[in-house]
Amino acid sequence: MLASIIASGLAAGAIYALVGVTYNTMFSTSRVMSFTAGQLAMLGGVFGSLFTLKLGLPIVVGFLLTLVCCAIIGIITEFVAVRPVLKSLDQHLYVLSTLAVALMIQQVSAIKWGTEPQPFPRLFGIGSGVWDEKFWLPVVACAITIVALEYLYRRTLVGRAFVAIAEDNFAARALGLPERNLRVASYALAGVIGGVAGYSGGELMLAFFANGALLNFYGFVPVALGGLGNNRGAIVGGLALGLFQQAANFLVGGIFSSVAVFTLFIVVLLAAPQGLFGSSTARRV
Amino acid sequence: MTTVTAAPAHHDSGTFRAALPHIAPFLGILVLAVILPFVSNDYWVLIGTRAAIYWVLVSGLNLVVGFAGHLAIGYVALLTLGAYTTSVLVAGNVMPPVPVFAALPIAGAVGAVFGVIVGLPALRLRTFYFAMSTLGFATIVTQIALAWQSVTGGGIGIVGPEFPAPFNTAWGFYFLCICFGVVTTWMSANIARSRFGRALIAVRDAEVAAEATGISKPKMLIAIFLFAGALAAIAGGLFATLQTYITPDAFTFDLSVLFFIAILIGGRGSILGPMLGTIILTILPEIAAPLAAWSTFLYAVLLLLIVLVMPGGIAALLDFRNRRPLASNRAIVPRPAALADIVRKRTGGSHLKLRGIALSFGNVRAIDGLDLDVAPGEIHGLIGPNGSGKTTTLNVISGYYAAEAGSMTLGDDALPPGEPTLRAHRGIARTFQTPRVIGEASVLQNVMIGGSIEGRASFVESMLALPRNAWDERMLAAKARALLGVVGLESLAEVRTDRLQHSELRFIEIARALMLDPDFLLLDEPAAGLSNDEIERLAVLIKAICARGTGVLLVEHHADLIFDICHQVTVLNLGRTLAAGTPAEIRVHKEVVSAYLGG
Repeated sequence: MLASIIASGLAAGAIYALVGVTYNTMFSTSRVMSFTAGQLAMLGGVFGSLFTLKLGLPIVVGFLLTLVCCAIIGIITEFVAVRPVLKSLDQHLYVLSTLAVALMIQQVSAIKWGTEPQPFPRLFGIGSGVWDEKFWLPVVACAITIVALEYLYRRTLVGRAFVAIAEDNFAARALGLPERNLRVASYALAGVIGGVAGYSGGELMLAFFANGALLNFYGFVPVALGGLGNNRGAIVGGLALGLFQQAANFLVGGIFSSVAVFTLFIVVLLAAPQGLFGSSTARRV
Repeated sequence: MTTVTAAPAHHDSGTFRAALPHIAPFLGILVLAVILPFVSNDYWVLIGTRAAIYWVLVSGLNLVVGFAGHLAIGYVALLTLGAYTTSVLVAGNVMPPVPVFAALPIAGAVGAVFGVIVGLPALRLRTFYFAMSTLGFATIVTQIALAWQSVTGGGIGIVGPEFPAPFNTAWGFYFLCICFGVVTTWMSANIARSRFGRALIAVRDAEVAAEATGISKPKMLIAIFLFAGALAAIAGGLFATLQTYITPDAFTFDLSVLFFIAILIGGRGSILGPMLGTIILTILPEIAAPLAAWSTFLYAVLLLLIVLVMPGGIAALLDFRNRRPLASNRAIVPRPAALADIVRKRTGGSHLKLRGIALSFGNVRAIDGLDLDVAPGEIHGLIGPNGSGKTTTLNVISGYYAAEAGSMTLGDDALPPGEPTLRAHRGIARTFQTPRVIGEASVLQNVMIGGSIEGRASFVESMLALPRNAWDERMLAAKARALLGVVGLESLAEVRTDRLQHSELRFIEIARALMLDPDFLLLDEPAAGLSNDEIERLAVLIKAICARGTGVLLVEHHADLIFDICHQVTVLNLGRTLAAGTPAEIRVHKEVVSAYLGG
């Protein structure tokens, strides 16, 4: 049983961690927490199933198309729901505008794709039992994403520009960085990461429209635990959350695992509002 | 004081006449609701019942979303909770059956408790976190309803409660729900119009200023979370009856979206707006039947449009009074003499003393061993170059920052570091460098905020409009009007504050601070952005306040004003006292002249 807990816990945790990174990627350049993060992951599963099973495209083509579609959704989010409300960030209108876009995505998926979970293609056909690919695929995808992001942020010019904007938006603009384009690019990147999360977790979670809302919450918990904008915190938090949830699931049963996660979330928020790895708040007066 | 309390005694019939334009739309909706069954069929009675039940929930949620500004998007969870609690109690599958009219209040109590639990994160964090915690709660409640089969019947469901005659017919139940709606409207309107409603908006739009007036955010929020949770659960009980049979499927997230968006379409800080919003959103899918499947999509589009195009919602459309242009050549003419009627004259009193205060931000020593004495009935100027620690000193006194070393005393008592909400109780009021007012509230309401801690009625008394609340309101309004007269803004009392000029906001802040009748008044650059005439009037006003025995600590850059009105001046540089003494001494102090005054 321990093996199953660890396998399913790490798998679910990797998906949550990736959704958490999606939140952070959008947050870093715009200071906006977007409700579309979980929806992007849901779309990763739905598009993957659509292109490979429904339309019969080769797996590689289906995968790339999925990422492209998710990136486009990310860019649309930036144009429709983020850019217009950035001027008045302190009013937190982005909560409402991104919620609106997330609801639209969810409703269109429910109507056009259906409200029943649908199968996701088996990608490699490797492994069985606790070594089944549906368990290790999300973990591998998560690891590759982290390495790629680290490379991007540390070794490439574009990546450093992202970091500069995340550190200090005004100073970065004063240096002549194209802040707006970089923001659009980061939303596209967030779309890709969300797509990877949903695609790699497709065999575990299936192509199901309601995954969006679920992942919105479970992906946000690691962000809240790890501190806004902190990818390392999100990944540690995500994996821990997955293990915690699956352990509770196996040991005390399904409903109590959700209750346990929710309780954990509230308790951590009350005890450490900045997250366990986050920095303290800005001056208020 | 006597003149203030005596005046409003004969106002009662006048108040009713003044309130009539506000009540008329509600009466109109009620009349329409009452004649609905007589002019239509049972189907529309069903729709009407549904709208009324939704409104019972929304009227409570409106205080959370529209007034306190917390984005609670998962309130369907509390509806579900109420529906199951009522149904299970009435069906008696856990304990002996309970009559439905007893089950509803029990459900309300359960809902109130859970309303607070879900709301707890809002006490420390705003917006997205709170939205997420309500969303998370909504997902787990549905899962529990599905899984806890022995109680909830799982996916098969459970029979909803049935009301005794005469409420067991479609018409009877409709009128019962309308009655519930009327009562909850009345209660939520009472809260909204009381000092608690104003305090909610103050915490939302000017949290820092709200703390300085002594408003405690946790107490306020817990009170409205209890209220909103109870109403949501009672609405759930009625909803279960309407459905006659409930399964977890009945409580889709779409319902949450409907409640939430109804309030935003209606407009923040309004009750009529969200009521119209609820009615419109309930009817909308019915009159456009082919769109029924797309209703959530439609709501989402509406939400996006509201946010991007019309942030004020229906309430802003209906706010005709604030479209009349204001006089452009208006001037602020304070009448300091009137202070004598409002502020009590004090003699002697205690000194505010700071000893060895130190505070750093990172590696910067913002204040470095500061001593300061403010005497009652004296104006103490605090000047110095930018970054010398003037505002930081005020913030330490008002408790926004806790000093790392040193002590503060007020008379014989130590002033505890931090705890800004306790300063008002100790008689310390202040204004801010950038005026912190509630743009969406009227000028009068902004000033009334200042007297929040003087109200004596409890939350429940305000909710039920008991006499003490009416007394509070009359007292606060009369005092605020009188103080607006003192600062010279009484003609703008009913105007939305965001339409005013910058200089007027500064005087509003002073009036708000005076509501406390403070022993000490801290003014943070009150003359910044004022014209020369206005500065002269400000000087007269400050002198008059001081003459009543209030100690004034004045941070300013206008050297003329400082030397003109201050009794004592302290000059700061790099967080230390550079010089202290009378204006005459400071004016010729060599280092001050070279470091700050120039010469």
